[in-house]
Amino acid sequence: MTPDQTAGKAAASDQVAPDPPATAPATVTTKAGTRHAWQLSSRSLAVAGVALLIAVVGLFPLVFTNPTVTNIGVITLIFVAVASAWNTFSGFSGYLSLGHAVFYGTGAYFLAVAARDWNLNGAAVFWLLPLAGVVTAVVAVPVGLVALRVRRQTFVVVTIAYFFIAQLSASNLTVTGGSSGLLLPVPNWAPETFNNPFYYVAMILAAGTVALSVLIRRSVFGLQLRAIRDDEDRAAGLGVRAMPVKLSALVLSAFITGMAGALWVYFIGQAVPQFVFDPLFDLAVVLMAFFGGLGTVAGPVLGALILEPTQFYLNLQYTNNYESEILFGALFLVVILFLPRGVLPTAGEWVTSGRIRRLRDGWLTRRARRTANRPAPPATGNLS
Amino acid sequence: MASEISQAIAAGILGGGVYALMAAGLTLIFGVLDIINVAQGIFVVLGAYLSYVLSVHLHLDLLLGLLITVPAMFVIGVVIYWLFIRPLRGAERTSMTLLACFAVALIIEGVLYREFGSNYVSLNAWYTTGSVHLFDFYLADIYLIGFGLAVVAMAALYLILYRTKFGRAVRATMQNQVAARLIGIDVTRVSAVTFGIGTAVTAIGGMVYGAISGGFTPNSGYDLISRLLAIVILAGLGSIGGALVAAIFMTTAEALVDVWQPSWAVVVFYLAIVIILTFRPAGLFGHRAVRAQ
Amino acid sequence: MTGTLRVDGVSKSFGGLQALADCSLTASAGRITGLIGPNGSGKTTLFNAITGYERIDAGQVYLDEQRITGASPQRVFALGVGRTFQLTRIFPRLTVLENMLVPANRGRPARERREHAMDLLAFTGIAGHAGALAGTLSYGQRKLLELAYVLVADPAVVLLDEPAGGVNPSLIHHIADRIRELNSAGRTFLIVEHNMEFVMGLCHQVTVLDSGTVVASGPPEVIRADPRVLDAYLGTETAND
Repeated sequence: MTPDQTAGKAAASDQVAPDPPATAPATVTTKAGTRHAWQLSSRSLAVAGVALLIAVVGLFPLVFTNPTVTNIGVITLIFVAVASAWNTFSGFSGYLSLGHAVFYGTGAYFLAVAARDWNLNGAAVFWLLPLAGVVTAVVAVPVGLVALRVRRQTFVVVTIAYFFIAQLSASNLTVTGGSSGLLLPVPNWAPETFNNPFYYVAMILAAGTVALSVLIRRSVFGLQLRAIRDDEDRAAGLGVRAMPVKLSALVLSAFITGMAGALWVYFIGQAVPQFVFDPLFDLAVVLMAFFGGLGTVAGPVLGALILEPTQFYLNLQYTNNYESEILFGALFLVVILFLPRGVLPTAGEWVTSGRIRRLRDGWLTRRARRTANRPAPPATGNLS
Repeated sequence: MASEISQAIAAGILGGGVYALMAAGLTLIFGVLDIINVAQGIFVVLGAYLSYVLSVHLHLDLLLGLLITVPAMFVIGVVIYWLFIRPLRGAERTSMTLLACFAVALIIEGVLYREFGSNYVSLNAWYTTGSVHLFDFYLADIYLIGFGLAVVAMAALYLILYRTKFGRAVRATMQNQVAARLIGIDVTRVSAVTFGIGTAVTAIGGMVYGAISGGFTPNSGYDLISRLLAIVILAGLGSIGGALVAAIFMTTAEALVDVWQPSWAVVVFYLAIVIILTFRPAGLFGHRAVRAQ
Repeated sequence: MTGTLRVDGVSKSFGGLQALADCSLTASAGRITGLIGPNGSGKTTLFNAITGYERIDAGQVYLDEQRITGASPQRVFALGVGRTFQLTRIFPRLTVLENMLVPANRGRPARERREHAMDLLAFTGIAGHAGALAGTLSYGQRKLLELAYVLVADPAVVLLDEPAGGVNPSLIHHIADRIRELNSAGRTFLIVEHNMEFVMGLCHQVTVLDSGTVVASGPPEVIRADPRVLDAYLGTETAND
């Protein structure tokens, strides 16, 4: 017998893998390599979907001109970028960072200080964004070199520690304006369309972040990150240089988060420590990524698009802070307990298992019809 | 100046004892369940509020009130474990439990806000205002009482862990969960009770904290959890004795820095973590491998 | 592609437990060397020591007479030593093909890497599962995957930790055949196994480990009859009764 058949027969009667497995999709081998059957048609759907999404997002402020609405739009898009950036590091590597607010705040404060010291206003300030990103990325290097040497749970705690250091430093240092913070220059644009420039910059940032996330996911770099997530020591034993890989991902994530923070602080006009370094910020980002699907590319986007406007709505309904906290916590628990893999992967699994079941049922039906019409053939093992 | 320093050191050591107790709860939970209970800070605040309610509304003495709050917090801990932590499984289990603890903390904080608002409250009894004259400074009675309570509680913990059958089961589970299961230990039950114990100690910590701190609100949880985490990380996850040393070191260092530059005192905590971890990723006393994934 | 692995006087203790005591053995170039011994004799510890997962207290490890003692797992891998684990360690959330693409591959271009990966998968017989998540593979399939991805970087020396453990008989033959085929191309093998039939039928040389030291070494037929070997196995059993 050929090796394939032998392995197939033997494998079919082997003991089942210990972990509860996800259903294995039917596979097709094409010139590009083996692909899941459903991925081929889903791909064209996905491309069409993305194009549609971009069109909708782009036309949004022109259709809904109410500044309150576009306000929500700006913040939501900023969170799309942040959630996606966070996921690109934490979702892929498995190192959950609860201190990304540090990067957010670094970018924010840099912009505030730079805009004040270099006397900039209006659209010119937007050019500071990439610079804010670079500064944040540079800060991320020593942060990561220390934090990434420890095991995962300790890592989370270290990021929390960094968060508090940043918050307290910002409250105490004079360059950051102490606890009263800094004011940013207000561009004198027309009030009705004031939000629009911010909106489009946020859109570009969000789109760029998602594109970067896709690129990383498909690259060898992304593969190494995900291998680190599954079994870091094993990956190291296979030649993956864990520290450079993790650090690079962190720096990239920080770069984007810094830009997002800078944009946000310019938008709201002031940099105050307890708002810039808000413990709920990281929680919100993590919830978005989890909700949509940790480690997937579209997950955090979906999470941000759904949860951020929801949060706004809740804040409007419940003027008291505590109600939103309770709801937030409860929502988190619900997501963790019932949708542990997030909306997208769970939905994806329903679709996939549905298809597999249909394929298999169809095959069984056809086989039953064939055997009904002739004597039973000798029993053969079912090759997997 | 010298008297200020002596006072700071004394207060630091005694205060450290209480923090050590709460940190011990955290370490215990980590050792057995392999999770970092980030809700420990808000549990302390909850314990403080419980003592507050008993003291103000039922006119129950604070120390006597502990007889109620400690079992109450134990039950709360077990329930939280059973409902929100036990069901979590899968590859991301440790991350998810961490986030679940965060979520629980948020909910508790929200509920406390709802019930008590954001005004500062504090715990008072006839013994919280007195102080003792030592050498050339005064030391508040409550510090001594708190330290005494902490010592008693930690002794009780020690007895439970090392002198009871249950304690043996806990230690076995800490070392090797699979092996523990194989010899018939009901790991789920052990986990539930351990979580309950880890929470119950916060009742004591809460009462002392409420009396010492001079005022607390639901928001105080953040400050507390950051200190507790700092202590546990500094000590090295899994080392209770180390937690004691680290706690005393931290609170004393903070008290000393406070003498010179009050607003930077808290930063000491976090900088210490970063510095220590740079050179010893497993913490000062940690004995688990840096990455035992 | 071949190489000689030599372990010289290696000792390692864990607290009070002496796992390896002055252990010396050689896996000669182009040969299949079996490593057998009762449970707890230190076989996996030796593997860990060689591949950098464990620091040793004394002794040296040589690859082609070049000292590799204490090198990190990445470095050992880069030098051409591949290693599998007793309890299969694969990347469950990556697909089988992606698992194959994780090992560092000496600068091959992407398409070549995929083709090479698929070739190795076909060689071990699980090519049909390339698109499935590795976590869904059965135990035997995982062993095959481990064998496949350890070969990605063309290692000169391959350390296999219980390749036949817990696997059904026809698959064992399949694995043995694959090893022979790889060995005929010159690859050196050092195999830890409990399955005597497997070891005796496959290996050119067999080394016996007991309580952290080598008690016997030689061709299979000689080892089989060596009273010290029987003593090591049976002696340990009576001690545990």
